[in-house]
Amino acid sequence: MNLRKAITLFAVLLVSVVMLAACGGGDEEKESESASGAKTVKFMHLWPEGSSAQHYKVVNEIIADFEKENPDIKIDLEVLSNEQYKDKIKVLSTSDELPDVGMTWAAGYMEPYVKGNMYAPLDDIIESDLSDSFVSGTTEAFAVDGTTYGLPLELNISTIFYNKKIFDEYGLEEPQTLDELKEIVATLNENGVNPIALGNRDAWTGSMWYMYLANRLGGDEDVLTKAIEREGSFEDPALVQAADEVQKLVDEDSFVQGFNGLADEEAKSMFMGEQAAMYLIATWDLPNFTTNEDVPQEFRDSVGYFKFPTVDGKGDTNSYVGGPGVGLFVSENSDVKEEAKAFASYFVQQWGERAVTDVGIIPATKVNVDSLDLPQMYVDVLNDLNSATNITLYADVQMSADVAQVHLDMIQALFGGEITPEEFAKTQEDALAAE
Amino acid sequence: MNKVMSNKWIIFLYTFPALLLIAVLIVVPLILSGYFGLMDWDGIGAMEFIGLDNYIAALQDSKFWESTLHSFLLALFSAISLIGYLAVALILASKIKGANLLRKIYLIPMLLSSVAIAQLWIKIYNPSNGMLNSILMWFGVDNPPAWLADPNIVLYAIFIPIIWQYAGFYILIYYAALKNIPESLIEAAKIDGATPLQIALKIKVPLIMNVFKVTIVLSIVGSLKYFDLIYVMTSGGPNGASEVMASYMYKLAFSSYDFGYGSAIGFLLLIITLIVTVVIQKLTKSKDEIQY
Repeated sequence: MNLRKAITLFAVLLVSVVMLAACGGGDEEKESESASGAKTVKFMHLWPEGSSAQHYKVVNEIIADFEKENPDIKIDLEVLSNEQYKDKIKVLSTSDELPDVGMTWAAGYMEPYVKGNMYAPLDDIIESDLSDSFVSGTTEAFAVDGTTYGLPLELNISTIFYNKKIFDEYGLEEPQTLDELKEIVATLNENGVNPIALGNRDAWTGSMWYMYLANRLGGDEDVLTKAIEREGSFEDPALVQAADEVQKLVDEDSFVQGFNGLADEEAKSMFMGEQAAMYLIATWDLPNFTTNEDVPQEFRDSVGYFKFPTVDGKGDTNSYVGGPGVGLFVSENSDVKEEAKAFASYFVQQWGERAVTDVGIIPATKVNVDSLDLPQMYVDVLNDLNSATNITLYADVQMSADVAQVHLDMIQALFGGEITPEEFAKTQEDALAAE
Repeated sequence: MNKVMSNKWIIFLYTFPALLLIAVLIVVPLILSGYFGLMDWDGIGAMEFIGLDNYIAALQDSKFWESTLHSFLLALFSAISLIGYLAVALILASKIKGANLLRKIYLIPMLLSSVAIAQLWIKIYNPSNGMLNSILMWFGVDNPPAWLADPNIVLYAIFIPIIWQYAGFYILIYYAALKNIPESLIEAAKIDGATPLQIALKIKVPLIMNVFKVTIVLSIVGSLKYFDLIYVMTSGGPNGASEVMASYMYKLAFSSYDFGYGSAIGFLLLIITLIVTVVIQKLTKSKDEIQY
């Protein structure tokens, strides 16, 4: 009996020791860090090797170059996937332990961080190191009350991609007006082809359709942005009419069946599986239509794109829905703020060309197209960007988080025919007014 | 062993680590979430004390009540499905051929992770390429429903995989309980001329009634706080048609950045679950203990 007692006691002690050791782990790590001589800049990004191999590689190359040029600064890297990254940043921010340099989204997403004094103003390095290097309109998305808190890395505009093979088969041409688009939809439906792939479970996808219609119907005035910024009303006739046009498109079976229950990924696979003729998405998907070797060559060759058509003769096709993706922030409470800013600035300067040639994304910095060997579709998009008259930032990014949620819910309800265009506008007007 | 168990220190040593874990990981966050519920907080910046405003807002929030209704519907369906599980367990336990193999087959969904199950059923429910609609069309149904897109259907469409997911778990519990019934009782009944149906309904089921009551509580409490499949398959959409309490709480706290309100909903979820548990235990309480 005594032996057994001794064993149980030992087991309990062992468990306690293990638990205590686990609790103490965090502190030890910190000590070893501060012990090393060089200054350490903590950098977190959201492009893990598994899902974003090219991004990951280029980031590592830039870090290696930076450390070579600045031997007294060491970059301590942490990589997480998108959703985990969002969660971790949120948790770290509550305990005031943000990385020195990290990634952030624009406008509504970053607002609470800026209000909580978590991000450092970056106007000084934009003026000194990076003057005139960003595409106009991109840094503005990372500004709150006139001060810029993020250095944009990506820029995306959305266009309608279409399958040339299907279009040729039924003798269809790129539409210039919404009526022409509707005729295409009718022809495709008669022939049993799904016209437009849409995964509206994510709702931001449907929101892009709504935003384009609102933009075209609103003419030169950006009525949607005005409504969100409270300079106008969401019950503006153009915004209500755009909602009505959405429901007309739905009634004419323009979108694949059950789109409200499909994720964007599923809609994309329908378009890429040649089960649907058109797909409105932003340029982040360009690699899938040009360079991605995992996608059959035959499909990549048959993809074209056209700008969102005009509606009732209104609107400018050089006005886009889009916006910058992620950008870099520097932590306001960083112990190595100067080094962190230097790294962020260096990163943005290096990122531009490598992003477009090695990763295949459109960077937010200006790129000289002529000197680069790029697929034709990239050249076209970059040229379109140069002649862009306006880029309207995604509504759910512009809005604060809780209004964005209302907007996304209303988009699903609108596309699902659960509400009238008037109710759609009124609910969002109320949500915006209540802020 | 008795000597060990009578020593108060040993009892303390045995229970303390688990107690500490529960306190740190469950009790403290529970109290904290009730406390956060009193705050106006976006989860990042400064908190502002606003008293019971969040709780009052929740009680007037039609979306909250809708999600509560959905959670209770799920609880109802789960509880009813227990009868089905019991029937399967009764058949499996009555020495039919291949019972062993079947038992393992029924357990397979339990072994899959929720996310894998969700992905599997998303594929099955796909309106144009899914297995279910392909079969329906093959049988001549012209316009099969878009299961996850139709607000009138989506909730029930998700209930099916949830119920399927837990089948193995409850069948296993019932199977074990049924195997525990002494063979002599069954033999005695047979000698008295009882039919297999009578044996099942009048002897076996009453004998495992205690287990059945425990599973009722388990399934209802589990349903009220259910989250995983709903989050992965529809994230509560379209427009809240498949929202349950837990997914609504998540959406408020992590998508709308309304941490205070989300915490208040979380705390209400706890209170509702507690009340339901107490009520069910009162309702199913029995006086006589079964002794074999």
